[in-house]
Formats: sequence, structure tokens, C-alpha cells
Amino acid sequence: MGHAAPKIATIDGIAEEIAALLGPMLIETIDHADELTFIVVRDDLAAALTALRDMAQYQQLMEIAGVDYPERAERFEVAYHLLSVTRNHRIRVKVSTDEDMPVPTVTHIWPVAGWLEREVFDMYGVVFEGNGDLRRILTDYGFKGHPQRKDFPLTGYVELRYSEEDKRVVYEPVKLAQDFRSFDFMSPWEGAEYILPGDEKAAVPPAPAAAPTPKSTEKKADTGAGEAANKAAETKSADAPAKPAAHTDEGKGAAKPEDKA
Amino acid sequence: MSDYLEKLDHRTDAADPSYGDTEIQNYTINFGPQHPAAHGVLRLVMELDGEIVERCDPHVGLLHRGTEKLIEYKTYLQALPYFDRLDYCSPLGMEHSYVLAIEKLLNLEVPLRAQYLRVFFAELTRICNHMLNLGSHVMDVGAMTPNLWLFEIREDCLNFFERASGARMHSAYFRPGGVHQDVPLKLLTDIADWLDGRLPRLFEDAISLVADNRIFKQRNVDIAIVSKEDALKWGFSGPMIRGSGIPWDIRKSQPYDVYDRMEFDVPVGTQFDCYDRFMVRVEEVRQSARIMKQCLNEMPDGPIASFDRKVSPPKRGEMKRSMEALIHHFKLYTEGFHVPAGEVYVATESPKGEFGVYLVSDGSNKPYRCKIRPTAFSHLQAMDFMMKGHMLADTTAVLGAMDIVFGECDR
Repeated sequence: MGHAAPKIATIDGIAEEIAALLGPMLIETIDHADELTFIVVRDDLAAALTALRDMAQYQQLMEIAGVDYPERAERFEVAYHLLSVTRNHRIRVKVSTDEDMPVPTVTHIWPVAGWLEREVFDMYGVVFEGNGDLRRILTDYGFKGHPQRKDFPLTGYVELRYSEEDKRVVYEPVKLAQDFRSFDFMSPWEGAEYILPGDEKAAVPPAPAAAPTPKSTEKKADTGAGEAANKAAETKSADAPAKPAAHTDEGKGAAKPEDKA
Repeated sequence: MSDYLEKLDHRTDAADPSYGDTEIQNYTINFGPQHPAAHGVLRLVMELDGEIVERCDPHVGLLHRGTEKLIEYKTYLQALPYFDRLDYCSPLGMEHSYVLAIEKLLNLEVPLRAQYLRVFFAELTRICNHMLNLGSHVMDVGAMTPNLWLFEIREDCLNFFERASGARMHSAYFRPGGVHQDVPLKLLTDIADWLDGRLPRLFEDAISLVADNRIFKQRNVDIAIVSKEDALKWGFSGPMIRGSGIPWDIRKSQPYDVYDRMEFDVPVGTQFDCYDRFMVRVEEVRQSARIMKQCLNEMPDGPIASFDRKVSPPKRGEMKRSMEALIHHFKLYTEGFHVPAGEVYVATESPKGEFGVYLVSDGSNKPYRCKIRPTAFSHLQAMDFMMKGHMLADTTAVLGAMDIVFGECDR
């Protein structure tokens, strides 16, 4: 049976129809979870959306959503959600951009885009070329920064309170009584990329200088005692019982630290 | 003082009668942010020519709480209660979109009883929401009594929510995979009695006071007419688009849960004015009651949450005996569940219109991005063109017919 989310009947060949309609403006078509996404060339956005509205019956622009992917070269994605009330179908059109590259406005196609673009500008700092009223909309008057960016801290930078001395509301740098606690519940068996608290003791440290690999003196030159001492040692070893070299090494107790652990 | 008098002296010139006249500017006023008819913290900067509104610039965002940012730092389940606090007049309508979006990404099947319960309480939410809106709309244009009567019904609704979920307003009752707990049979029979008796009696009484009332009609008929083309262009949805004569209802055209099994009518307006929007909502209340009765008749017994133990928590009793259930419970309420990477846009018919959730998942236990599509945003934006040429006093009628709640508009 599957999920109970809104059932939107798929239209046969809709992806091909739109691909033919958009032509070279289309970069990629993604069909995921029964939803069609069309990634288009940024500069051709207005032309593509006009074509979709006039030729493919997508009459309504329901939503413009920004998404931030800081690791990408063009870090912002702007997703336009279109609805056709005659064909009963929804599609998504996406463009990508960065802090500087403007996205063409669609306010002349749908006046509702005015506030939606203002919101994306406010939250992400994406500039919409041609939108004559690109003021901030949700944040405070005189706010600085773009809060939905992934590098903007959850707590923000300023806090405000009513000051009894000044008899007005004052802004101050944010002071936190406790550090922001970000719990990471990634399981260590599913590839956590850090050492779990407590695990640092169990981890193998690099071989410390205090316990080097045991020195072997299998050849005379290895002893480092010099020619005279070597001679003396040779005469001594004549009457001493023969012993395997490896055995003496073990007896010295200079085992590697791993063995102890 | 002498400078001032000298200035006045030179303000008359026999040769030029207009000399010294001051050019009269349009009068600009602030409506709100603390105005009882603004339905919250709306600031309207209005430019008036006499009493005619020339331009109207709504300033929103005074209730912005950064919900979308906060959701990015919470697990999927922890983010759910934020949705109650968006449109605090119809909390379950908001939750509905969110849980459906998660279920779509997980491709999670929901038991039938849970789907019926969700539809049942979503419709109760619609009645609850419309009671507030119709009442305050009527009060904004000058009638006191119906509002008080409709609040009686709203109080009943809130009591039912409390009996189902434990909370009057912020229920957090819908969960990914079903609902939080089953409802007692007594609650369902009580609601059935209420649907048959108290609701129609109080509601029809209150509406009969205003529907044909001369003053109410004078304040609403032919106010803020929006054509079909404009309604499409301005992204209208819900009662606003139906008030403009387009029979568009997501419950009908893109049914979710068990709405495809329900029989109900979609009312549309004929004059596309504020009165039509009011009457569309009035009819929606009757249709909601009809859907609720069908739910009560057809609702099967059975589980109320998915059996997928990686998503929905085990029962308390099970946890006491089964080690595995205990582990599942612990993992669900600490780490939460992981949602496969992908993105969906799920929109449902909330009492105010299309409420959408654009959910982007990166495969972790927290949403990468959760964009909320509020209904009020596009409606309020159209305020400027709807108000043009109307009187200042019509502002309250237009606002009342829009059904704006700022928790949702500002997020």
C-alpha cells in the first residue's frame, strides 16, 4: 500500500513533454519519490517558468525554497514549486547559485514571487535580479546576516532586552549561560568520524620514544662498543654456553606496548 | 517669535492666491502591530487618501522564531511539536503535512485506523479553526454575540483534543507512522453526540444571526473581489481560492490518508468577495461534520501506529518485558530514526489553505532542511492589491476573511 501522503496521479510522458518544452534550458531531470525535479540554467529561469506556465499549464507558484549546501561551489539551491490546478500535478524547478550571482526574478510571471523571493534573500542572501522590493521580510529591522545559512549559528549573534536605565530595548552580543550542546547520535558501528568519549584511552597511541624496538646485536658492528671491546667479547664468548639470540631479546622485557594492553 | 511672525506675514500674496499653500500629502498610518483586529502582530503601513486606502504595505516577521532553523537541529520526532506552534489555531493541520512528508520519504505504511483517526481529528481541527475565524471576522465588522457562541463550540473542540492527546492546543498527536495513542470509545461516542446535537444547534444559531444580516452584508459583500486569474497569480489556496470560484481542494484532488473514501462537497464562491469567503468557511464546517460522521461509521479497530519498530515506539507494557523493545525505545528517543536521503514537497489542505512542507533529508536523523509553506504568506501579500481603493474600515473585513495567523506566517 505504501505511504498515505497526497496521491498525485502521474501523467504519462510528462517528463519528456517538459524536457522537450525546455530544450537546452534544462540541465537535468530527477524523478524521486514520485516527484519530478527539473534543474534548469540559472539565466534562463524566467523563460523556463514562463514556458511552463503558458505551455504546460502550471498556473500556480506555490513556494520558493532556498537550500544551503556549503560544500558545493554554487552553494545555494533555489527550488520553485509549481502546481497545475487543471492537470492536478506538481513539479519542482531548481537553479543553483552562490552569494554573488543573481537569480532572475519571476515577479513579472507571478506577483506572489515578490515575498517568496524576499524571504529567500533574507534567509540566504540570494540576490534576485529585477525584484524591485528586495527588503528583508522575516528578520528584525536592521538585522545583519542571513540566518538560514548553515554557517550561521543557531543562537545568532545578538540578543535584545529591555534596559531599565535607558528606558528602551537594547541590543547586546549574545551571552549564553551554557554552551550550545549538539548531541551527535551517530552510531560508532555506522561510521562515526570521531573518537567516542572515553575511547581515546583505548586507542593505540603512536609508538612512544621510551619503548623503542629492542636493539639487536647480532653482528659485532651493532654493539657500538668499538673494536677493542669486540675483541674482548669474542674471547669471552668462547667459554660461555651458546644461547639463541632471539631468546635473550624476549627476556629483556622490552615488549611492545600493545602486548601489554 | 518675530521670525515666525515675519514668515507668516509673507505667506499671502495678492497676485498668487496659491502662494504659501502647503501641498497635502497622502496620510500614512500604522495599523498595528498591536491592534485587536490585526489578528496578531501585523503591522500595516497604509497610505490613505482621505479614508481611501491607496497603498498597503504589510510588515510581517514580528513573530519570527526561527522554526525552520531550529528544526534543522532537532531529530525528526523532536521537530514535530514545532508544527503545533506554527498555526496555533489549527495545530493538527500543521502536523499532518509534516508526518506525511516523513512517511513519504520513509515510504512508511500507516494502519487504517490511524489514517481514520488522523482525518477525524484533522476535520475537528478545521471546525475548531473556523469557529475562531468566523467568530473574529464577525466581531471585526461589529457583531459581538456570534463570536461568543462560536467560542462555546471551540471550547468543546479543545476539550475533545484534551481527552484525545492530553493537551488542549498543542496536541502533538499525529506521529510518523500513525497517531500517538488510541482514543477511548467514550470520547468517540461523545463527539458523535456533539456532532448530532450541540454543534449544529449552536453553529446554525450563531450563523443565522449574521448570514442574512444587513449590516454584515454591507460590510462584506463586494469587498475585495479577487478574480480567478488573480487568485491563481497570487498563489491563493484553501477557502481563498474557493471563494474566488475555483473548485480546488487538495483533499479531493490529491487525497491523503482516507480522504479518498470520504464523501463531501467542495463549496465555491460566486461573487468572489469577502462574504463568499465567509460563506465558504461556513459550509466547510458542515462538510467537516459530515466527514467526521463518516469516519465514526467506518473506523475499523486495529493498530494506531506503524509496526515498523525503527520508526514508531513500542508500547509501555511491551518495554517492561522485552529487551529488544527497550532498546528500540531508547534508540528512538535518543538518536531518533534515520530518514533516507531525498526531498519531498507534501502539501495538505489545512483549514487555512495549502500548507506545505518541503523536507530535504541527507540520510541522517535530523532534517537537512525543512521549508514550511505557510498559507498566510501569499494571502497577506495580496493585501495591497485587494485593499486598493477600499475604505480604511474595510481592512478588518479583508483581514478577517483571509484568516491569518502569525505563528504560521512568520514561523
